Amino acid sequence: MTAKKVTGSQALILSLLEEGVDTIFGYPGGAIMPVYDALYDFKKEVNHILTRHEQGAVHGAQGYARVSGKPGICFATSGPGATNIMTGIADAMIDSTPLVCITGQVASPLLGTDAFQESDIVGMSIPVTKWNYQITCAEEIPEVLAQAFYIATSGRPGPVLIDLTKDAQFGELDFEYEKCTKIRSYVPETHVDPQQIKAAAELIDTAKKPLILFGHGIIIGHAEEELKTFIDKTGIPAAWTLLGLSALPTEHELNVGMLGMHGNYGPNVLTNEADLIIAVGMRFDDRVTGKVSEYATNAKVIHIEIDPAEINKIIKADVPIIGDSKKALKMLIANVAENKHDDWVAEFKKCDATENEKVWQKDLYPTKPGLTMGEVIRITSEKTNHEAILVTDVGQHQMIAQRYFKFKNSRSNVTSGGLGTMGFGLPASMGAQFGAPDKTVVAVIGDGGFQMTIQELGTIAQNNLPVKIIVLNNNFLGMVRQWQEMFFEKRYSFTELQNPNFIMIGKGFGIDGHTVSERENLEDSIQKMIDHDGPYLLEVTIEQEDNVFPMVPTGASVSDIILEA
Amino acid sequence: MKKEFIISIYTENHIGLLTRVTVIFTRRKINIDSLTVSESAIPGVFKFTIVIKETQAQTMKVVGQIEKQIDVLKAFFHTNEEMIFQEIALYKVPIDPIYESDTIERIVRKAGARILEITKEFVIIEKTGHKEDTQALFEELNQFKVMQFIRSGRVALTRDPIERLSEFLKERDSFLDSLD
Ligand SMILES: Cc1ncc(C[n+]2csc(CCOP(=O)(O)OP(=O)(O)O)c2C)c(N)n1
Repeated sequence: MTAKKVTGSQALILSLLEEGVDTIFGYPGGAIMPVYDALYDFKKEVNHILTRHEQGAVHGAQGYARVSGKPGICFATSGPGATNIMTGIADAMIDSTPLVCITGQVASPLLGTDAFQESDIVGMSIPVTKWNYQITCAEEIPEVLAQAFYIATSGRPGPVLIDLTKDAQFGELDFEYEKCTKIRSYVPETHVDPQQIKAAAELIDTAKKPLILFGHGIIIGHAEEELKTFIDKTGIPAAWTLLGLSALPTEHELNVGMLGMHGNYGPNVLTNEADLIIAVGMRFDDRVTGKVSEYATNAKVIHIEIDPAEINKIIKADVPIIGDSKKALKMLIANVAENKHDDWVAEFKKCDATENEKVWQKDLYPTKPGLTMGEVIRITSEKTNHEAILVTDVGQHQMIAQRYFKFKNSRSNVTSGGLGTMGFGLPASMGAQFGAPDKTVVAVIGDGGFQMTIQELGTIAQNNLPVKIIVLNNNFLGMVRQWQEMFFEKRYSFTELQNPNFIMIGKGFGIDGHTVSERENLEDSIQKMIDHDGPYLLEVTIEQEDNVFPMVPTGASVSDIILEA
Repeated sequence: MKKEFIISIYTENHIGLLTRVTVIFTRRKINIDSLTVSESAIPGVFKFTIVIKETQAQTMKVVGQIEKQIDVLKAFFHTNEEMIFQEIALYKVPIDPIYESDTIERIVRKAGARILEITKEFVIIEKTGHKEDTQALFEELNQFKVMQFIRSGRVALTRDPIERLSEFLKERDSFLDSLD
């Protein structure tokens, strides 16, 4: 490759192009203006999405990354621009989402002088980035960017932040790019140990009541096919974490549902009946385990995980398997015997019948007046043929959507899991639509969270993104209200909202929409939304004080899951 | 049960890494009793020696989190028994008591300490040893009103006959080449 003389800013864009970047979410400002100036000449090669707030940019990049499998790219200026992306970076860190964030920084001679819009973003972002680095000299740009992409996307993915001083953006260099394929101090994955596979296979073949728990690691590792083959061969029921959702089709006969606090009855209570837990690409979050000392009490644990630091962090693994989920599952499939567990699977069916009677019917096919979140989700899923990409915000609507939306395809569920970031949904849905332009993207958002990043309606309108936005309006910070009702004697302390006219707001941004509050109009309303050409905002007025059940209260064992109030 | 562990960390020389390592402790509210950083025998590779009082289980988890940091080459943890370790302490003591009796001289001899400098106003005494030893000397000398006292962080070596780091780096290189 012959080197050519370019500025640091041009080198940055050229590096992104070398990495196959086609979409950037960002917001300009003083300290990143040279980069934006360089971008002006690359309008054909790369699509820069100007959001309305940097939080929108970073969540947009996350949504893009989650559906496309490619790293999300986010630009922000120094100081407030950079601090505004911190929430999204923290969210991406805990949910293992690959991001490369570029922040502008004051010129290097000004570092540490409290210069205008100087903030120590490298220092601040240390605990929430997989890696970060400040570039103060243009020559460093290609190499550091190559490392950034390698680190963000390899092993257990995560966010990387590169802080670029203004003088580095203006400086000149001979541009040559070489992709990074290894870093001496970084082991993205280890070889799966065949001995461990043998030990695991032995446990699997002799278990009477085995249960698979799968998480985000299946999707990140592109191991969906292997997971399915493994399940089909062994006949073992499989339950998912929030971020594992959509890795296995909902209708797969051994998909027994969702784990954790608002998960399904069967997989929660039967976790304590199981004699073997096979956890793949998941990290035993406290929302999944409930009280750890009363979790999986009868089970041996096989833990397949790419990040060694997750092994024995919460739940002790009898057989830890460190490595890539796809490779590990392939090896396991070759080593396990064909099997069936009909009686054991029947226990899940029995639990389902209980949950159906106590919860599903009321949620999905209510007869009482007042719309439920469940019926909205059910109809939306049906009308999109269970092929839509679901993006949610955080709260009751999130749990209901995850419980009842059905999936045929992987990478179709985008939600903020580990951080539970309200305001994630709307910008993430726009990122998801950019990442999957041919799919229907449905954003399900609460009236509270909608108002946290509502300004991104502007970005959606400007780009005419056909996102279908459903606001489930209960005039409450519903999830908090539910806790107040259940655990704080119904003292509704600051959870009631006086909301604006959302439809008028949408119209103000140029986005069509309407409100529905009657059951007889619900189906048509959802149909209208889906058929609409372009973005659409459907506000559904739902019951104000509906609760999400089942529930494992904080600190309780998964066995003590509550089915009704 | 909590006890003392020595954590040894080999890293690349990158700005910000000290914070990356220390926040792993502070986030879990683990106090760092002692911290020493310096270049190792291999140029460009730095060694952190950190002493904490923790349970073995928690120490293992912390070391796992440290190793996860991109610029960390390798982290180990050891109990005190598994390592040879020392700290160094300096004591500034007024000169007058030295003229008046030989007590200080005897204390210094007995403690295996040495005198680094004598001025008209004070002497500087140096002692290496474990914290208990340097602390004991402090208490003895303090009858003469120690003017200043400083103790270093701990440095420690394993009882292994060879330095494993260069071997480790070679292994690491071939391992990384073996990944597709
Ligand atoms: C940024 C942020 N602030 C606060 C919370 C705490 N929180 C969790 S759910 C929730 C209520 C969400 O209300 P709404 O968006 O109306 O959704 P609903 O629960 O009613 O479906 C709150 C305040 C959070 N998760 N994120």
